[in-house]
This record gives sequence, C-alpha cells and structure tokens, in this order.
Amino acid sequence: MRGFFAIAAATAALALTVPAFADDDTITIGMTVSTTGALNVDSLGQQRGFEMWRDEVNAAGGIKAGGKQYKVKLITYDDQSQGARVQQLYTRLIVQDKSQFLFGPYSSGLVATAAVISEQYGKLMLVTGGAEPKTYELGNKYLFQAITQADGYLSNAVDALHAADPQAKVALVYSDDPFSKAVIAATKDQAKEAGLAIVLDESYAPTTTDFGPVINKVISAGADALMGGGHYSDGATLARQLYDQKAHLKWESLLVAPGDDKFATLGPAAQGVTTGSQWEIQVSYKPQFGPTAEQFSKAYEAKYQAPPDYHAASGYGGGMLLQHAIEQAGSIDQDKVADALNAMDVQTFFGRYKIATDPGHHGLQTAHQMVLAQWQMKDGKLGRQVVWPTAVQSAALIFPMQ
Amino acid sequence: MFGIIASIIDGVLVGSVYGLAAMGLTLIWGVMDVVNLTHGSMIVAGMFGLYFLSAALGLNPYVALPPIVVGGFFVGLALYWISVHRMIGRPPLMSLLSTFSVNLVLVGLGTAAWGTGLFNVDVSLPGLSLGRYTFPGTHILAAVLTAIIAALLYVFLYRTRPGKAIRAVSGNRVAAELVGIPTTRVLSMAFGLGVALASVSGGLIAILFPFTLLSGDAYQLKSFVVTVLGGLGNPTGALLGGIALGLVEGLVTPFMPVSWTLVIEFALFVVVLIVRPGGVFTFRRD
Amino acid sequence: MLRRPFFWIIALIIAVFALAPVATGDVELRESLLLAAIYIILASNLNLMLGYAGYVNFGSIVFFGLGGYICVYLLGAPGWPLVAAAVAGGIAVSLLALVFGLGILRLRGAYFALATVGVNAAVQAFVANFTPWGGSSGLYLSSALFAPLGGPMKALWTIYFLIVAIMGLSLYLSYAIKSSKFGLGLLAIGQNEDAAAVLGVPTPLYKALAYSASAFLPAVAGGLYFFKGAFIQPADAFDLTFSLEAIVIVMLGGQGTIIGPAIGAYLYEELRGWLLTSDTFANFQLVAAGALLLVMVQFLPSGLMGWVYARWPRVRHVLE
Repeated sequence: MRGFFAIAAATAALALTVPAFADDDTITIGMTVSTTGALNVDSLGQQRGFEMWRDEVNAAGGIKAGGKQYKVKLITYDDQSQGARVQQLYTRLIVQDKSQFLFGPYSSGLVATAAVISEQYGKLMLVTGGAEPKTYELGNKYLFQAITQADGYLSNAVDALHAADPQAKVALVYSDDPFSKAVIAATKDQAKEAGLAIVLDESYAPTTTDFGPVINKVISAGADALMGGGHYSDGATLARQLYDQKAHLKWESLLVAPGDDKFATLGPAAQGVTTGSQWEIQVSYKPQFGPTAEQFSKAYEAKYQAPPDYHAASGYGGGMLLQHAIEQAGSIDQDKVADALNAMDVQTFFGRYKIATDPGHHGLQTAHQMVLAQWQMKDGKLGRQVVWPTAVQSAALIFPMQ
Repeated sequence: MFGIIASIIDGVLVGSVYGLAAMGLTLIWGVMDVVNLTHGSMIVAGMFGLYFLSAALGLNPYVALPPIVVGGFFVGLALYWISVHRMIGRPPLMSLLSTFSVNLVLVGLGTAAWGTGLFNVDVSLPGLSLGRYTFPGTHILAAVLTAIIAALLYVFLYRTRPGKAIRAVSGNRVAAELVGIPTTRVLSMAFGLGVALASVSGGLIAILFPFTLLSGDAYQLKSFVVTVLGGLGNPTGALLGGIALGLVEGLVTPFMPVSWTLVIEFALFVVVLIVRPGGVFTFRRD
Repeated sequence: MLRRPFFWIIALIIAVFALAPVATGDVELRESLLLAAIYIILASNLNLMLGYAGYVNFGSIVFFGLGGYICVYLLGAPGWPLVAAAVAGGIAVSLLALVFGLGILRLRGAYFALATVGVNAAVQAFVANFTPWGGSSGLYLSSALFAPLGGPMKALWTIYFLIVAIMGLSLYLSYAIKSSKFGLGLLAIGQNEDAAAVLGVPTPLYKALAYSASAFLPAVAGGLYFFKGAFIQPADAFDLTFSLEAIVIVMLGGQGTIIGPAIGAYLYEELRGWLLTSDTFANFQLVAAGALLLVMVQFLPSGLMGWVYARWPRVRHVLE
C-alpha cells in the first residue's frame, strides 16, 4: 500500500513540476559537469569556458538565426564523475528540461555513456571533453568533437624527442583508463615508427598514489625518457615522485596534469615536464571569427582571476562553434545545424575545426592540432611555454630536462 | 637483482605506514566489535589537518604531527558519542551503518568545503641512495616514526592503567564492569585512540604522497586487508600485517605489470580469510 | 499463497511500476523508476543473505557487475540475443557464487563481510586486467544492437519492462523463500546458527544456496542495465558504493521483511535523485543522505517497517 501511495504521490508531484518550456527566444543547452568526484578539478575549466561564452553571447543580444535572436540558456547538473548519473541526467536534460542541444561531459568515459543517450534520443552533442576515438566509431549521427582525438596527444612529444635524441629509451607509464590507454596505444606506434626504443610498457590503477614500485622499474629498465600519466591527480603525483626518487630522466611527457596551472605547485619537480596541450595562451591561430587568443585570455582572467587552460579554451571555443553552426544554418532545427557542423571547416582562436563525416567515424575531429608545452623557469617564475611544433613555439625546448 | 631488493625495501618502508593506518581500525574493532567506516575519512582528516597546519601556519610537517594525534583523539571522542555509543551491544551491522552515514556526511561537507582536487605537502628530505635507486628520506622517517608510535602504543596498552582497562573491556565487558572499570568512558577513549592513530597515519601519508578528499577509500580498503592479515584487535599484528603487505607489493611489482598488484593483494586477502581467519600474525595464547 | 493479501500487494506494486510511466508518457519518470527498480532488485536479493540468514554481503555488487559483463560480452562478438545473454549471465554468476560461497561461507560475521569486499575487489582488479573483456577501458556496444528490438526508443521501454519483471520476481522470490522450509531454516541461521545446526538445519548447504540464489536475479538485471547503457567498465560495474547503498536500503526499510527493501530502495533513490538536481542541496547530497541515515539508524533501527509493525501490529499479517 505504502509503495503505491508513494509512487502515486511522486507521480503527481512530478506532473505538477512545470517542465522548462523552450521559450521562443531561448535556446536551451544541457550538459553535466563533474562538480564533485575525482574529475572535479579538470571539469571546472571546461564549464567556465562554456559559461563565459554564454554570458558574452547573451550580452551581445544572443545568437542570430533565421531573422530571430536567441538567448542561450545553459542547464548543468553534477554527474559526480559517475557514468550512471550521466545517463540519468542527460535523459532528464533532454526529456524534462527540453534541451535543444547538448554539450558533452568531461572525460572520455563519461562522454561515451552520455553519447548513448544523446544518440538514443537523436540530440546533437558537441564534445570538448572526450578524446577517445572509439566513441565515434560505433555509428552515430549527432556527435561532434571539437578537440584533437587521443592519437594526437603525444605525437608532438615523439617528434620532439626524436629530434633531440633519436637513441632515447622510452618508458611508457600510464593510467589504466580509456583515455590514457588510447593515447599510449597510439604513441607506442608513433614511437616505434620514429625508431625510438620502448623499454617499459606499464599501466597503473588510476587511483594509485604510490608510484615507488613502478619508478623502480623505470630505473631498472634504464629508461631516459618517460611518457604517460593520466589525469591531474595521478600525473602530478607521478611527477613529484619521479623527482623525489631521482629517476634522472632526460625527458618527461605527462598527460593532462602539466596542462593545469596548479602543476606549478610542484616546484622543481615540474621543471622541464612536457605535455600535449589542446591550446596554450601563447598560441597564435588567426581566428576567422570571434576573439583572438590574447583577447580571450584577458577576458577570462578578468572574469575568473586566473589564466585560462586548454579546458576553458575548449569550452569557449566549443560554444563559439555551435553558435557559428546555428548562424550558418539560419535555424535551430536539429538536422540543419548538424549539416552545418558537418560541413564546417573554420579556424577560431582555439584552432581549426573539421570533422570526419563517414558513418564509421562520424564526428571525429580531423583538423585541430595540438602543441607541446613545457614547464620552464622564466624571470624566476615557472610557466608553460609552447616548444613544439617549432613553427609556433614561444621558447626553445630544454633537453635534457634538468 | 638490485632492483628487486630496492623494491622490497621500499615496500616494507611504505607498508609500515599502512600498518599504522590499520592499527586504529583493528583496535576499535577488537575492543568494541565496531566496524568503523569513518576510518577512511579520519585518515583524510589527518591529511587535511597536516596540510593546513603546515601550509597555513607554516609549521614543519613533522612538528604538526602531535597536534594531529591530539586533535584526532578528540574528534574520535565526538564521533563515539554521535554515532557509536548507542550501537554498543547491538548487532555489528548497526554500528557499520551508523559510521557509514557519518562518513557520508563528512565526505559531503569536505567536498563542499575543499573540492576533490589534489593537495600536496611539500617535504624534501635527503634520501638514501644505493646505486641507481634512491629511498626518499621521507619514507625512511615515516617508517621510523611508525615504529616509535607502535612502541608507544604497546607501552600504553600493556603498562599503563587506562591501557589495561581498554584491554580488559575488550576481553570481557561485563566482567570489566563488575570490577569497577567505567566501561563507557573506556570505550570512548579507545575509539578516540583508534581515530587518533588513523589521523596520524593520514598525516604521515600526506607527507609521503599527494592526496585528495577521496583518498580515504583506498587506504580504508588496505586497512581492512592489513587488519585481516594481522588479526582483529591485534595492533602489533596490524603493524606486521602492513609490513607484510608492503613486502608482497615490493616482491610482486618487479615481475609483473604493476596493475596486477591489486589482484594479488585481494586474492591473498580472501585466501588468508578462508585459511587463517584469525590472522597470520596472531600469536594466540589460548 | 494466492490467498494471502501480500501476494496481490506485490502484484499491485509491479502494476504501478509498469503502468505509471506509460499512463503519463513521462520518460523521466520511467528513468527514475528504473533506477528505483534496480535498487529494489539489489536490496531484495541482498536481503536473502542479510535479512534472513544474517550474513552481511558488502560486495553484492559483484553479481550485478559480472552478470553485466557476461551479458555485454555475449551480445558483442558472439552475437547472442538479449534475453539469452542476460539469462546466461545470471546462471553463470549463480554457479560462480555457489563455488565461491562454499569457500567463504565458512566464515562468520565480520570476517565474511570482509571476504565479500575482497572478492569484489579481486574480481574488479582481475577484469581490469582481462583484455578480452576490454580491460580497464571496458566494452562498448554498437547502437546497431538496438535494431532487433525496434530501435533505441522502443528498446528502452522493453528493457524497462523486463527490469520491472525482474523486480517482481525478486519480490516473489523473497516471499516464496520466506514462506518455505528453506526460508525457515535461513531465519533460524540468522537467529542462532549453532543452535540451528544442532537442531538439524543443514546450514552449509542452505547458506550456499541462499548466496547463490541471491546472485541470480541481480546478475540478469546487471546484463540488462549495462546493455541499456551500451557501455561497461570495471569502475562502474564493481562500484562498492552500490553495495553499500543496498545495505543501507535494506536497513532503512527493515531487514528481514519483504516490503522493507522495496520501500527503502524507492525512498532512497527518490531522495538522492531529488537532492542531486535541487538547486539548494545540489552540493549537499551526501551530507543530507548521511544525516538522514544516521538519524534512522540511531532511532529507528528496525527500519521503517519495524516502526510500522510496532505501531500497528496487525499490519504484519498483510505487509510482510
């Protein structure tokens, strides 16, 4: 009996909750963010980027399409960095909140689960937080990736290392998660092609905090270069312990962690560490529309009292891409906007955008390039410099690291 | 070859801290048959305590340890009265749930206050280098401190009155009450002591490794494994169990991918439970 | 059994779960009820060990996760149809549970509880290293697999009804066991295992059967659940939090009762879902859930149903 009344009451309550009506002059975009859980540091940048874009668009009057001006409404929920919640929340965003478009969550694993829902309901989702290519190989119609896919994360590192020391012995030590594994699988092939020797290939559990054992293995293997890591927590820890244990590496490339400004707190352990970055402040792509890198950075810093990292840039850039697609399509119709995104080949401050459109790889980003950034001392302060490709570098590569 | 020895030594050093972490858990469990699911959060509390004392007040991290012990003790007392007192004598499941719910509250408040980002206590001590391998000074000092704390605990439990009272209550609460021991006070003290141990181990771990608010789970699980190896209620056993675990980790890693360490650990755990549930390091006198 | 009112109450619950989303056409309600149904499945089956036999299974999620993996794997490369794959998962996991159970059920109390944690952790660590099952990256299902069910939208409804059916089966299973000699034996074990053994209850056999039985339906449900999500990875499949929540739910509703886990699961899921999306409490969901639980445990230890039975003793005959 109780169960029945409880359910009846809940049903009534839900029915009475007025669902968000898609206002004639509003576009509703839904996404989840990892406000709590293991990914909360990484997810914040992306969220801020999107929110800054929304604020600027609305301040300028909104997105212009088909003779009307649409204000942007962004609805976000906390997915607690968990896949189960992601699916429930994206369903809610689509069904209850009537989102017309979606932005993906942060991290490849969560994007994969969100993509299932967005495809099931046929809603367009722009992804700036998921680099793993497998998600796009399962046959989709409405996924659009705005960042470079996993293959590109350490390709610059391989090239730069090969140029500096073709005889280098490389240890691959990386987190056992979908993103890192995808990156390292590609990196391994790239390294072998370049003729670099791989002396160790080890993955560790993502929650590892004691890298002593694996670092001893790196030393035993006689490696002079290390590539790997995962997300912020493990990457930062690995860097610190490599320094403490005097692994004496000439080269260290870690995923994600060195891309965050907090990495500077590691002090001497951060010096010389390189990372694949989707974007850096010093990067100078000439935008076809929207602000330049410098303008974006200044505005971001003024708003959040902290310099932007590539997550923030990807969020802002992603918002701009969707806006451009809507403006090109001249309408907010799902399929017309999708067509626009499929056809677009543009350059913003964030870099180039062009996606694959064949059914086997739909949505995979093909034009965006990554850069290699390195932590260097400049005027007594630690900061990231772009060191590769040499054409866009802001400082020369320091090799060996220390 | 040297690599293996280096691995084992480092394993033992770090393992001793796991043992310290487990001592608090096993003490509480042994004394009052309470499974303390806030154990992980208390380790994290010790980590944060150390972080704030050293970062905010500029204290040397090692100097900050004693206040952590004291602080942990009082927090433990509070936790006892909030969640455990009414659960004494009830089925163990009750205390489990009670402490679990407090854990949820603590993690929630912590997340709201500090987020789940990484915190780092910057400590550099000259390490010991043997050939190409270095043992960080922090690891060595951690093991030394653990040994000291364990010795102090032993002295407390076996040579002082309150300590003996604790052991009496854990042996037979009714009998203890009959001889005039104020059991409630003793239980609360034991709980406070257990939490103090958890906190100080957290402080030590924070000096060794960076931590997040969510680090507690992994150490709590390790504490369970160590507790089983050492035998419930046996702090010395816990220390030895921790060292054994560290040894296993050190032995395993040179020979197989590091990611298999967890499988081995948990398989070992289940096997020990089935074959010698009284613990591997218990020296039973009965 | 058909003459007992409780039989029909269970039927009513199933009917409401099945019809409410259809009547209102509210997909969000369906999703919410689906999660509640999953919790009810986990909690009811956990209750067989926890409420009846008094054995705390911390790692009960391992059944759900393994069942999910087996089903998803069979759907992928070998290309089995959905129901066959899910049921195969259920059977395989039950058999494994029987084997494992015979080993760890020799332990009592806290030791058993710890062993279940160890089993879950060991299985998770193993699967994370097991490449044919995708290792730590997990397995993905192509959306083409929804085609035989009539496309994604229809498939979601079919999966929902199947899960509601399993929920119903779980409740009926609990009821059937409780009314049987087997159940009586389990309850005796829960009260005093040694006395039960002395009185002739075949304790090792009964415990192993209960453990195995408590694995079947969660494993099948796991298969369906992860098929729906089209993606499974070790971190999600073996998340200990789920087990702990299941324990909380059983205690909240009233252990040893049948309706207790159902009510507890429903309320708990609604509470957490509401906290998650409410503006005021979004950042405080853990705090609120924990505080509520603490109060329940301190002041209502026999759970909700325990309180109801104490207040209105006649209810016990109707709502078990």
